[in-house]
Parts: sequence; C-alpha cells; structure tokens
Amino acid sequence: MAIKADVVQDSKGQMCPMPIAYMAKKMREMKAGQILEIQADDEGAHADIPAWCELTGNPFLGEEKAGDYFKYYVKKGA
Amino acid sequence: MAEKKTATIVLLSGDFDKVFAAFTIAIGAASAGLETSIFFTFWGYKAIEKGNLTGTGFFGKMVGLMDRGGLERLNPSRFSFGGIGRWMFKKMMKDKGFALLPELRQTAIDLGVHFLACEVTMKTMEIKREDLIDEVEAVVGVATLIKASQNSELTHFI
Repeated sequence: MAIKADVVQDSKGQMCPMPIAYMAKKMREMKAGQILEIQADDEGAHADIPAWCELTGNPFLGEEKAGDYFKYYVKKGA
Repeated sequence: MAEKKTATIVLLSGDFDKVFAAFTIAIGAASAGLETSIFFTFWGYKAIEKGNLTGTGFFGKMVGLMDRGGLERLNPSRFSFGGIGRWMFKKMMKDKGFALLPELRQTAIDLGVHFLACEVTMKTMEIKREDLIDEVEAVVGVATLIKASQNSELTHFI
C-alpha cells in the first residue's frame, strides 16, 4: 500500500486503550485531509481503529503488515 | 449547531479492576468525541483522592485510616490477599505493556473527561474538597447526574 502519511504515531507495545487515546489526541491537532499512520502490535487494534473511524466519521484507509507490527492509515475528515 | 453527544459513567466501586474499566471506557468515549463525565460516588472516591488521611470525627478518621491511600492503593475485587493481589496484578499488567491507573486517569484528564464528585459521599465519609485531586470540576448531587445521563448516548454504572 503506497500511502504517504503526514503524521506517524508509534503505539508499538501499547495496549488498549492507549493507542486509541493517542490517536484521538493526534487527530485533534491535525488538519482536514491529513493522513495519520498508526503503528501498533496489539490485537485489538484491528477492530478498534476502524471502529473509532466509523464513530468519528474519519475515513479508514486500510492496514498493512510491517514485520511484527501493523500500520493503520486514517485520514482526518472535514 | 447540534449539541455535542455525551457519555455518563457512574463509578460506585473502588476496586482496582472496576476503576480500570471506568477509566478505560471514559477514555474510549472521549476519544470517540463524546463529551464524557464520570460521577464518583461512595467507594469510587478512592479514584480521585490525593491519598492523604481523611475524616474529621472519630468514625470518619477510622474510615480514612482503614481505607487510606489513593489510586495506587486500590485492591482488586478478587484475589486481594491483603495487598499481594494488588502487587501481582500491577506486575502482570505492567509486564504486558498495559497502562496502569495513574496513567489512565491522566489520559482521561488530558482528553477532557469531566470529573464530578458526589456531595453525599463527601459528607458521609468526611472527605474535604482539598482531599480530592484538583481536576475534580465540581461537587454535585443526583439532579446533575440525571440531567447529564438523560441526554447521553451511553451510560454506565460501575
């Protein structure tokens, strides 16, 4: 997946609810249209990050395996 | 503009595991953009106490002594074993990379979760405003809780 992120959040090693909390904080600071890449290795993130996107109306662009963790791409909506 | 959606949590318990659940749910709700409030009542008080000895009268001081300490001294609701369980669960969670209660509470504060304290509990337990952390926004009664929960998308009683 060739997505270029504007902001990268390293949540590797973190557990629920911290990746979501950091993501929410980061997204508050970002501008509409910018893309956040979240790097996480907790199992819950697969379901939690898309769920958060649906709740908040920010588009979820997809996930990608990167070694022993995953990259999740989220776009800040209008 | 439409009014912001809200979430309301009542925390009655002062057990390590239940406080953990309350802060986690509050963080999830606040992260999802809900205006989130936690009402701390009865044993839930432990989660917002500074940890100093409380009480003014004999019984109040006795409660304060028996139940001394704040967030760091919460025992799990099962397998407490006079404090050993607390140490064990903290260690088990820390080793796996979980955030512990002080970090969760601070995260909730950073995300703008409102902390409200129950007036009746404070009077009963003889807890003064200065015994509570500064982030507690107000001391309130049941009407404030009902008003907040009536308009809430999500209500939890823990």
